[in-house]
Parts: sequence; structure tokens; C-alpha cells
Amino acid sequence: MLVGRDASRLERIAADLRIRGATEVRCVVRDLSHVNDLQPWMDALWSEWNGLDLCLVAQGTLPDTKRCESDIDYAKSVLELNADACLLLLLALAARFEAQASGQLLALGSVAGDRGRAGNYVYGAAKAALATLMSGLEQRLAPRGVQVLTIKPGWVDTPMTAAFRKGPLWASAEKVARDIVRTSLRGRSGVVYSPAFWRPIAWVVRMLPGWLFRRWRF
Amino acid sequence: MSVEVRCWAGLPTAHHERIDWSGSPASLPETAGSLLPRGAGRSYGDVCLNPGGSLIDTRWTDRYVAFDPETGVLRCESGLRLGTLLAHLRPLGWTLPVVPGTRWVTVGGALANDVHGKNHRHAGSFGHHVRAIHLLRSDGSLDRLAPGEDRFTATIGGLGLTGLVTEVALQLRRRSGMWLQEHASHARGLDRVLSELDTASAQHEYAAVWLDMTQPDPERLFGLLLAADPIEGGGDASGFARPARIGVGRLPRLPLVGRLSTRVFNAVYRRLAARHPGSRRVDERSCLFTLDSIGDWNRLYGSSGLRQYQCVLPLGTAPGGMEALCRVLSDSRVTCSLAVLKRFGDQRPAGMLSFPREGFTLAMDFPNDEERLLVLFRRLDAIVLEAGGAVYPAKDAHMSRELFRAAFTRTDEFAAHVDPRFSSGFWRRVGA
Repeated sequence: MLVGRDASRLERIAADLRIRGATEVRCVVRDLSHVNDLQPWMDALWSEWNGLDLCLVAQGTLPDTKRCESDIDYAKSVLELNADACLLLLLALAARFEAQASGQLLALGSVAGDRGRAGNYVYGAAKAALATLMSGLEQRLAPRGVQVLTIKPGWVDTPMTAAFRKGPLWASAEKVARDIVRTSLRGRSGVVYSPAFWRPIAWVVRMLPGWLFRRWRF
Repeated sequence: MSVEVRCWAGLPTAHHERIDWSGSPASLPETAGSLLPRGAGRSYGDVCLNPGGSLIDTRWTDRYVAFDPETGVLRCESGLRLGTLLAHLRPLGWTLPVVPGTRWVTVGGALANDVHGKNHRHAGSFGHHVRAIHLLRSDGSLDRLAPGEDRFTATIGGLGLTGLVTEVALQLRRRSGMWLQEHASHARGLDRVLSELDTASAQHEYAAVWLDMTQPDPERLFGLLLAADPIEGGGDASGFARPARIGVGRLPRLPLVGRLSTRVFNAVYRRLAARHPGSRRVDERSCLFTLDSIGDWNRLYGSSGLRQYQCVLPLGTAPGGMEALCRVLSDSRVTCSLAVLKRFGDQRPAGMLSFPREGFTLAMDFPNDEERLLVLFRRLDAIVLEAGGAVYPAKDAHMSRELFRAAFTRTDEFAAHVDPRFSSGFWRRVGA
């Protein structure tokens, strides 16, 4: 089941997935930034599909941090999409998964959420909120047989990051996709960095003392 | 965004605006300079470069559109790589009738260079199996073109200059299994090599000769003939989409291929090959995509890169012409690190600028050695010109305007279909 805003693009993705081996693909057109009547929509989905086994929450945009600083309306729309909408969707899904006592709940976080940096902290704040919520859901749901997994990609070469100069730390979208599939098949809960070398990097960034962090603008 | 872009052979890096093409909205981006579509960047020379202009990067438009399991016609976007396609379609019992020596090229790139494989005599070139294309031009038109239309023929082998191909319909061929039955034999002397390749390419689906060009004397030339036919059996097709286990992409560009290493490699390879003639079962991947077993192998040539010289000589002039090529190479004392000989069949070319034509085609790789190599290439060009042959644009970085015009006789007709906003380093050098 694919959920998104643009029906024709969803249809193209669906056609592609069918040839790649998906036995059944259905498209649901919905703007996930609208959080109204999330509950009835979810009820309808659940009865139509008779429950879901795995959900990957991957919506998001990469905002212009400078613009967020001066244009509060823009910042509001950014946070609504990257934080509010994701968090509420995850909460609604969590209730469903808890009731069926099985399934996998996956969400895309980011290394940007591990520590706010001047260049990217609005996006980072939204991803930090998501990671915190997922951590709570993990503690709540893992004992009930639901896998809760946060994937934190590093820098990934995708259309979202088209404007960035790429270096050796950049990973391909295929590599991250393979990591997501592999860890979800393993059935573990927790946090996974992709590629794995971001875990020590993120740890060092979190551990940097404030005086060094303030001076060393990376 | 302005980026430095290299081609496969590693010509000096050139500055480009790179535009990620997402497929929607279906109109070409506004830019100050000229445009050139780019797929995997596997072309050796400047057909995939547009210095000072823009490159439309098609790698995000790599989706399947539809597949008809009755007819075997696949519609897909042009950024899809052949290896991905094989990994998904093989399990359904279908394959590409023509594949080049690497599976990492895109469908759009294979079409724009009208690539060929080791089975040209039986299957023709890639363009012979294209049933339709969607072509987006700078005047805003998005047309579906089919074989028989002039603009279609211009776009096959059209080096990306006639517009952006957004979607392609390909006729696939039925095939189950992953194995090939390979027959290895060796021959000494250019005449023997040519006649044995001629016979083998008629009898077997795939045929190619590895030549030991460290000793290019025509009388003593050593050739290892590999011919192969598809057979049933063998399992997993997912390997087609997997990158090589050994990759040198993250290593520094050390010039490991040189005079000495080539001599050692050729001597060892020759002895091993001579020891095991006969027939055996091999995996199709290792046979058709031999060089794909080392990821980013072009980096083994160091930061100055490599150059490839690939020409085709018509049947009539091939024996004399090939002999002359060998003698010139022998005189030049330049190291040829890899040489492969194939036979092209007599099919009508699929595109106006298609390279394959009936005869023998010789591809030679050289560590880049700018000045001496250029002198050698000019002498080789003279032989090719006299023999009525052609040099392959996809591999070229030196060809003169005169040779291009003489070898590609439909250039003027083709030029009328070039999109006014499209150009490439190659086209400015030899065509426009």
C-alpha cells in the first residue's frame, strides 16, 4: 500500500513495484500533512486490509533553515509536516499495532536529529522529536511483540540532497534501502544507522563538549 | 549545481551544471547553456560530456512502466540500468537480446550509443530491439516515436543529441537459465584468428577473441577464441543487480596497469588459457560481463586514465587493414593492455549514426600516454579511413572531423534532427 499526495506518481511507482516482484500494490491518495480525521482513516484502512504487517513512515522535506529563521509561517509548515504529522501518524499506527500485538513499525529519522547544528537544526529538531517518540514506542510496544525500528540515514545521495556537493561520507539510496530491508528482516527493535559508520560519528558529535561544539562549526 | 564530471576513460575533468531529472513536470529545465542527457557515464570519451553546459542526470528515472508477458515487450524509463532489468526479468523467463560488455549502463545510454554485444551477427545491435521511444524536445513536444520514423532512426545511436528519451519500449527475448556452454580454443597468426572467429561467430550465439597485443606481430599474434551458447539450468538472477565483490572505487587512483603488469598478466593469462582448451559450463555474468567483476576497474589506470581505440573494418579490407593496424602498433612500442576482436553481422544499421556494420571490430585499451598515443591513433585512423571502416563514438576522444564524416555518411541527415538546445563535447568536436 502506497500513500502519497500525487495519484499519477503513485501509480507509476505501483507499476514499477509490480514488475519488481510485488504481488499486489494499492495506492491511497492522501496528504499526510493533514492530521485531521486520522483516526477514522486508519480504521477504514485496517478493516479494508484486515490489518497491516509493516509500516514505513518516510515522509519529510529538507527545509531551508535560513528561511525558517525569518519566516515563521514557513517554519510552522515545515514542523507540521516533518514533526506533527509524523508523530501523530506513528501514534495512530502504534495503537493499531498494539491491538493486533504483532507487526513492524519503521520510521526514517536522521543523524541530523542527534545534535542540532546551526546549518540544519529545524529539520534536526523534527527528526529528534521523531526519534524520541520512537524510543518511547519501542519501550511500550516491543514487549507486546511489535518491532519498532528507527533508521537514521547519514548523508544520502537522493533528489532531496541534489544541491549538495558529495564526498566520501555520502551513501547511495540503494545502500540505505538494503540496510532497511536487512534490519527489518532481522526483526529487531532499536536504532540503526545507515551506513553503519555513522553510529560512532554520531556518538562523537553528541559527546563533544559545548565549548568545542560552539567553535567548531561543521 | 556546478560539478566536475569525468567520463569512463578519465578525460580531464570538465565543469558542468548537473540537473537531477525527476520526470515531472515533463518539460526540460531552463538553463543558460546547452543540454546533454547523461545515464551511467560509462562512455569512454566526450559523448557523455558537455563542458561548460548542463548534464541532465537521468538516474532517478529508473522505473518500469509496464511489461506484457505475452509479447515480451517491456516499457521502462531511460535511467534504468541493464543489470537491474536482468535481475527482475530473468526470473520471469525473459532477457535482453543484446547486452554490451558491462551491465551498469542505462537503457537510455545503450540506446543513444546503439551498443552491441558478442552476438551481433545473430541479434544485431541494441537499437534493433527498441519498439518505441518517448522523446522530449526543447520545443516542449513529447512524442512517441516508432521504428520507420526518421526521428526514431536519428535517436537510435543519436548520442543523446535529438532530445531527452524519457521512456523506452524494448522487445525482450525468452530465456530461462543462467548458464552458457563456453568453448575455448586458441589460434596463432592473424589470418587464422580471423577465419576461426568468422566460423565460430556463425555457429555460436556469442563469440569474441582475446588478443595478446603485447606481441602484435601479425604472423605470431596469439588469439584466445571464446564462443558460447545459452543452455538451461543455473539459478539465481539477483546477482545481475549486485555490484562486484571486488571494487576499487574507494582506493586511490594508482596506475597499476602499465607496461610491466600488462606483460605479466598477458603471459600468465595466455598460459592458463592454452592449458584449458575445450568446452565448459560458465555463468553468463562472468562470460558476458567479464570486466564487471572488478568494480570501477577504470581507476586501475591511475589518474591520467585510459584510452580505448575501437574500430570496425569491412569484411573485404579487414585482413589487410588489421595487419596494418598490428604493424603500426608494433612500431609504436605503445603498451596495449587489452584487445578484443569481434565479428559484426550484415544487418541494416538500426540508427543513422550506428557504429556496427558488417566486418571485424577491434577494441584496444591503452594506459593514457597523451602524446605518443595520439600519434599512434592518427596513424591507426589513416588505416581505418583507407579501409572504409569507422571508429566508435562511444569510445572515442580523438577522432577527426574528416574521419567522422567519412565513416558516418548520414551525418547531415542526422544533424537536421539534433535538438537546437542539445550539444556535447563530442558533437562540437566532430559533428556540428
